[in-house]
Amino acid sequence: MNNRYPLWKNLLILTVALCGFYYAAPNLYAPDPALQIAGASSSLQIDDRIMSRAETALSEAGIGFFGEELQNEGKSALFRLNDREEQLRAQGILARELGDSFIVALNLAPTTPEWLLEGGATPMKLGLDLSGGVHFKLEVDVDAATERKLTQYETGIQKRLREERIRGRISLDAQKVAMQFRTEEDREAARREVVDLYPELFLDRVDEKETWSLYAEVTEQTMKEVVDYAVAQNLTTIRNRVNELGVSEPLVQRQGSNRIVVELPGIQDTAEAKRILGKVANLEFRLVAEANAPVSQRQRFEYRSPDRGGMTEWLERNLIITGESVSNAQAGFDQNGQPNVTISLDGEGGMLMSRATRANIKRRMGVLFIERKNRTRYEQDENGEEQVIRIPYDEKKLLTAPVIQSALGAQFQITGLDNPAEASELALMLRAGALAAPITFVEERTVGPSLGAENIRLGMKSVQVGLALVVIFMMLYYRVFGIAAVVALAGNLVLLVGVMSLLGATLTLPGIAGIVLTVGMAVDANVLIFARIREEIRGGAPPQTAISNGFDRAIETILDANITTLIVAIILYAIGTGPIKGFAVTLSVGILTSMFSSIMGTRALINLIYGGRRVKSLSIGGVGHGGTQPAGAAS
Amino acid sequence: MNAIPFMKWRWLAVALSAIAMLAAIASLSLTQLNWGLDFTGGTLVEVEYSDSADLSAIRATLDQEGYEGAVVVSFGTDRDVLVRLPDGYSDQQGVLMVDKLRAATVMSIELRRIEFVGPQVGAELRDDGGIAMLTALGLVMLYVAFRFQIKFALGAVIALAHDVVFTLGFFSLTGLEFDLTVLAALLAVVGYSLNDTIVVSDRIRENLRKVRRASPSEVIDISLTETLGRTLVTSLTTLLVLAALALFGGEMIFGFAVALLVGVAVGTYSSMYVAATTLLQLGVDKEDVMIPKKEGADQEGLMP
Repeated sequence: MNNRYPLWKNLLILTVALCGFYYAAPNLYAPDPALQIAGASSSLQIDDRIMSRAETALSEAGIGFFGEELQNEGKSALFRLNDREEQLRAQGILARELGDSFIVALNLAPTTPEWLLEGGATPMKLGLDLSGGVHFKLEVDVDAATERKLTQYETGIQKRLREERIRGRISLDAQKVAMQFRTEEDREAARREVVDLYPELFLDRVDEKETWSLYAEVTEQTMKEVVDYAVAQNLTTIRNRVNELGVSEPLVQRQGSNRIVVELPGIQDTAEAKRILGKVANLEFRLVAEANAPVSQRQRFEYRSPDRGGMTEWLERNLIITGESVSNAQAGFDQNGQPNVTISLDGEGGMLMSRATRANIKRRMGVLFIERKNRTRYEQDENGEEQVIRIPYDEKKLLTAPVIQSALGAQFQITGLDNPAEASELALMLRAGALAAPITFVEERTVGPSLGAENIRLGMKSVQVGLALVVIFMMLYYRVFGIAAVVALAGNLVLLVGVMSLLGATLTLPGIAGIVLTVGMAVDANVLIFARIREEIRGGAPPQTAISNGFDRAIETILDANITTLIVAIILYAIGTGPIKGFAVTLSVGILTSMFSSIMGTRALINLIYGGRRVKSLSIGGVGHGGTQPAGAAS
Repeated sequence: MNAIPFMKWRWLAVALSAIAMLAAIASLSLTQLNWGLDFTGGTLVEVEYSDSADLSAIRATLDQEGYEGAVVVSFGTDRDVLVRLPDGYSDQQGVLMVDKLRAATVMSIELRRIEFVGPQVGAELRDDGGIAMLTALGLVMLYVAFRFQIKFALGAVIALAHDVVFTLGFFSLTGLEFDLTVLAALLAVVGYSLNDTIVVSDRIRENLRKVRRASPSEVIDISLTETLGRTLVTSLTTLLVLAALALFGGEMIFGFAVALLVGVAVGTYSSMYVAATTLLQLGVDKEDVMIPKKEGADQEGLMP
């Protein structure tokens, strides 16, 4: 007798189904609204005293909480709240109580029970459109980064040639440093120096009348490295700044060659978030120009602080280092109790700084703070429509210009500050300025918490209604076979959720739409199989043969149809961003799980019902009414 | 089994499709699409007032504050207000505008969402979307040509293009907003319609090999009749869930659900008429689907 699955096949299906249940289960446990407390600086520990202060403050305000615990070896603490409505108020109370040295963040604490955690089962993360929060896309200004690199090359070459007493004209030209010399010997000497200094540059000699030119071109490879470095440094800086915001599960991710995506779940004060993230800034350290320096080699800058309103200073055009070399800046006090700022540079920066200051003791060094701003201009285009043109520009202002007391190295102090407040402000600006290249916001999406909650509710409702409609239809139309298909469909849903949770995928609103669509399309495989079985019966095949032929003959069609849909889903994933990716993931996973559940799962059920025994007729609907009718017109 | 004479009516179908295509293309070239924020760039702010909102007062406030080109609409309930600013306002303006609206009313205002899309991102998304659509069609054609035969591939791709143009035309005519989720839905339509077309093609291929003494037109009729039940049932279940999504899914997913509803409905039709008619006109016959002779047998003869 055919149509019996061997034991191992049934066990396999059972195991897969159980695993599906296990990994899908954490999603059934609703998370608790919670507050997470962390120290503003990483060295800060949270101890019992802080905990009891927080507990008292919450109790006094009449906010119910439970399950308070220390996490990460006392680096953070979690308070679960009874009421989600009180989350914001509680945050305010704790923030006031604990002061600025602690960051209080809104959080949703998972309530996954122990027996699920042990197997690594965790709930799906919710996308921003469901949890509420902010999504930013930032663009790193690559041109600015490469241009600055070029300037660095120019300055470096200029300096080396001066040191070696090689006379020539040096200028910047698109992607290269151009050098003109009077004699071929000079050029040859210069070439040797440049090769020694920057082996990564591509050198090209051009002879014209009376002038021997040398072009040092930056290779594509180097440019790519410069861009990569600029983006990477921005990533780090932004990660640090995001931590300042106190978000429980932020996402900072590079996208494409020069974009950075920042997702801040639960954040509602977008203006504050942007202020902190968008502190686009950089630094330049230059010597204050000597009084007799030619105008072509110096530039005038205003002080940034309004206290010195209008005061200006002449600085040299050549820069010593930029903020890129600054690894840290810390406000503190010297041995006499005077406020100061300690600046740490990276290795290369330290070298450049020591070389520049060694010969210039008692001169002054200016620190420029550069902010990226936009200038808006309106222009008529050829259609007479007004176009808004925004031109980003750099605003450079002087932070400070202290006297160089001795040769400086990789670490040095700025002293002579009026008060500690000035010192900490300066340190803050220096740190903020240590950004590799300017960034601009190119996309922002904020979803309020109420809309997020509404999206979840609506999404779930459409899944339920859609599923109910399909279940009713399938049972009416296919009878017993319909029940098997519906059970398989339910299994498919569980499996889909389980696989998504296991993959750590994020559930978005389009993702829910993908699940709904999967429900509609997953029955397709069963419909194909059942249609074949009906045909077989109409063709006069005995029930058992009809079942096995029906399954066998439908499989090729199912594979073809699903593989092509999978191709489309993969393309969607490749081009899509954010929520669209979520849709593509659910669709792809849904196609795969539905093939398993509707081919193997349904077959196992049908085999259990009909297999291995003598069967007179199949309850598949639509056949008994007349063999000559087309399947669609039946029932 | 009696076959329904589908192909007898194919010229009527061709005429219908041609009219629909012309209307869609005309509408697309005349009124274009109502591009959503994702593609145009700009700022969108959705707020909920604590009581019914006075749209003209809001417009006046925005005028006064110098928000030129701001479009204010209410949707859902009369408390929900959506303001869209054209491209050119800075990314700060969304938040600032909410503050100004708050200052201008005694009601409390809850911020529901802000979206800001820079102009370059919008242009990119539009280009990427087009490229994705073409890539999808190209790859699908390759796969079908490889699995079936080039005539089938042409039939499938023409049917898909038909569905996409129809859905685009629908969005153009109704003025429904075309955003990123609708684009995703359009690609899903390609996937779905393809699914349908493949099932039909599969059966046509099978019957071309199996059914003797029948013209290609008759074979197609038989195949369409045989798959009609399955085509209708699957479309029905899919349309059921999509209707649920459109009715209950909320505003952010409405366009997506509508695009799929339209696409799936027209995809069902096109997999029967457009794909099959194309096949017939391309002169498909048994030769096209013969299982190729095993080449191995010939090659063995060449071996020493």
